[in-house]
Amino acid sequence: MKYVDEFRNPEQAQALSRQIRELAARIGRTRTRPLQIMEVCGGHTHSIFRYGITQFLPEEVEFVHGPGCPVCVLPMGRVDDCVALAEQPHVIFTTFGDAMRVPGSKKSLLKAKADGADVRMVYSPLDALKLAKDNPAREVIFFGLGFETTMPSTAMTVLQAKAEGINNFSLFCNHITIIPTLRAILDSPELSLDGFLGPGHVSMVIGTRPYEFIARDFRKPIVISGFEPLDVLHSVWMVLKQIDEGRAEVENQYGRIVPRDGNPEALNAVQEVFEVREFFEWRGLGSIDHSGVRVREAYAQFDAERKFHVPNLKIADPKSCQCGDVLKGLIKPQQCKVFRKECSPETPLGALMVSTEGACAAYYNYARIDISNLETHPEKTATGKTA
Amino acid sequence: MCLGIPGKIVEIVDPEAKLATVDVGGVKRTINVAFIVNKDHPVASCLGDWVLVHVGFAMVRIDEEEAAATLALLREMGEYQSEVDNMKHSAI
Amino acid sequence: MSSHTNSTTTSGHAKRPRGKLRDSHINLSHGSGGKAMRDLIEDVFVSAFDNPLLAALEDQAVFSLADLARHGDRLAFTTDTFVVDPLFFPGGDIGTLAVAGTVNDLAMSGAVPLFLSCGMVLEEGLSADVLRQVVASMKRTAQQAGVSIVTGDTKVVERGAADKLFINTAGVGVVPKGISISAQNARPGDAVIVNGHLGDHGTAILIARNELGVECQVPSDCQPLGTLVAAMLAACPEIHCLRDATRGGLATVLNEFAESSNVGIRIHESMLPIREEVKGACEILGLDPLYLANEGKLVAIVPGASAARVVAAMRQHPAGEHAAIIGEVTATPPGSVVLHTAFGGQRIVDMLVGEQLPRIC
Repeated sequence: MKYVDEFRNPEQAQALSRQIRELAARIGRTRTRPLQIMEVCGGHTHSIFRYGITQFLPEEVEFVHGPGCPVCVLPMGRVDDCVALAEQPHVIFTTFGDAMRVPGSKKSLLKAKADGADVRMVYSPLDALKLAKDNPAREVIFFGLGFETTMPSTAMTVLQAKAEGINNFSLFCNHITIIPTLRAILDSPELSLDGFLGPGHVSMVIGTRPYEFIARDFRKPIVISGFEPLDVLHSVWMVLKQIDEGRAEVENQYGRIVPRDGNPEALNAVQEVFEVREFFEWRGLGSIDHSGVRVREAYAQFDAERKFHVPNLKIADPKSCQCGDVLKGLIKPQQCKVFRKECSPETPLGALMVSTEGACAAYYNYARIDISNLETHPEKTATGKTA
Repeated sequence: MCLGIPGKIVEIVDPEAKLATVDVGGVKRTINVAFIVNKDHPVASCLGDWVLVHVGFAMVRIDEEEAAATLALLREMGEYQSEVDNMKHSAI
Repeated sequence: MSSHTNSTTTSGHAKRPRGKLRDSHINLSHGSGGKAMRDLIEDVFVSAFDNPLLAALEDQAVFSLADLARHGDRLAFTTDTFVVDPLFFPGGDIGTLAVAGTVNDLAMSGAVPLFLSCGMVLEEGLSADVLRQVVASMKRTAQQAGVSIVTGDTKVVERGAADKLFINTAGVGVVPKGISISAQNARPGDAVIVNGHLGDHGTAILIARNELGVECQVPSDCQPLGTLVAAMLAACPEIHCLRDATRGGLATVLNEFAESSNVGIRIHESMLPIREEVKGACEILGLDPLYLANEGKLVAIVPGASAARVVAAMRQHPAGEHAAIIGEVTATPPGSVVLHTAFGGQRIVDMLVGEQLPRIC
């Protein structure tokens, strides 16, 4: 596949790996005081695990998995709101696939569907709009989820609904923004990150300028990265090169996709339909100022929160849940007390285990056995069953 | 949210509604091209474009020159590395 | 007189002409045990499946043990129920699945599949044409597999009590002497083989359901594998493990083998036969082809020294045209499956939890 296969070339991976090792050696960190690079975006977390990228890095370079997974940071209270909306008899509730499994305080959308609610998976918000046109007697609600990558698509769908005079379509808006989150992470005193891999597809919309405060005010390198494995390795190399040369800049590794000024048509659509919320709750991280958007007054007829009643309750995570600490990069998944015990993909306690690119689920599914030396995980018994 | 995949626009379906057909490795889907059209690049001229597809929209046209430049850089690093290896392994 | 040809039985009584289903849709009387049901059975099932055991319409099919023993020394017996939605998809339908699925379950023990039963639950209002099409598929697949459908049962339930049509098939086959295949038999050094492209059925069904608006030309791979297995055993009677990679895909079968045999299994991404379009669909939807269902693909674990011979024999068979070695059995890590990516890294391939859902992240 064009623009995909070339960025999965194994020979170039080996070459990059060696150059990364050389750079890391020059910078002079160790396994006990490693270089810590945060990949912000859930898609990068997925790539790292899918391709085993850590196997190409020396032990003195580590990834810290950031909170850029919109499914993972969805608060339970908002899931309960989704379920409440879906359970209304005249509603068709449409959602992306990955959101269906996130547990609310009583049930997930998948369970609500099994219990009789009309919940339908869609690939695009445009499919939800089409459902509204095909079912004029029903109310179609689209669960809008995602960072700035997905906001323009939702916004454009609302604009199309308005232009076509559709009155049975609305949006339950849970879109969140990346910059306030990055600021919150950088402001956090417990973290000591050395650099960032920036979210490639968010940047395709917002451009590279919004990240300048990271270099200017916090003196940390940030490389906007693509998602193929060579992109990720190349970006790690670029971060290390900056550190080695004493630079702190915003660099764009993903130039084939990310324009410096972003996408004006997409940004216009977002500006037209959405406005910033004063604050928004993130699961595991608490409330972050200006980190969410809501539908503007001018498009109120398409706002499910105005059109319908939602419980809008704040539900705390289970006490044993340490998702917040993992999201902030303070601990690794396997350091969480309930990892692989009470919390597993079959019985997830927190969102990081539910979404397939939550760090905990990724770690559990892809890397829980140390296979770099093909050594058996110490907890496995002689019969191969986990203890 | 990040799952975007490169695809080629192989058909214009509805210029008014800005709809086109994208082909990703032989799989086709109707997408909206509103984000990649402007007065210099109308809907009809999207035919043949390589784009990044995300939730049913073409988000951006892939910059072929930039792609080639990145690949050339990666290749160079690969060649440089194998030269270094050769030097290390050659006996003097 | 009558336009029907009336044959006479051995006792001299005139035989009643075969019943005819004249209704366009199934209703409750077709399941009530009376004339309507008899007409349905004779017209739709008996004429299609066309064998003396079924035509006798006894409450059971009876066959000689001595005849069975000619094929081997053990009986294999299996059952499966089919509730697929949609009923029809590119490359097959619920009928094809109902026969191939049970034939394949038998074949995975090394058995020669011989006889099937067919139990149907029909929803009131089901189109008779749909039923005839499904039965025609069952007939075709049975012929392809060399099996007979010898007994059956039909029930009709009220509208809403079933989703159009459910089919249960049970099957018997006979395992030839000396053949001993089990998930516990894998040993380090064995080779892992598949008979062709992975993920076709799962992709075809996902696309046929049309929730995702994606178009693609991949048909389901649904097919019976009994004769392929026979060819494989002829090349290598010591096949260690065999299983068809249905729900949960290749990854599930490999994990089952690794756990039952307490061995590691290593597979190589670059050796997996996967169609370009299946890769494309997986990339667009964020799915992993290792977990997609197959309905005509088996995974075999054979002694390493026999691998090339087995693959060569498979490639001579239409169901094995693209057979390939995809990996090997290792001692460690026991109970786990490890994928070597084409990129050069490694990762674990775990069991699937729940259903694989398309993602946008």
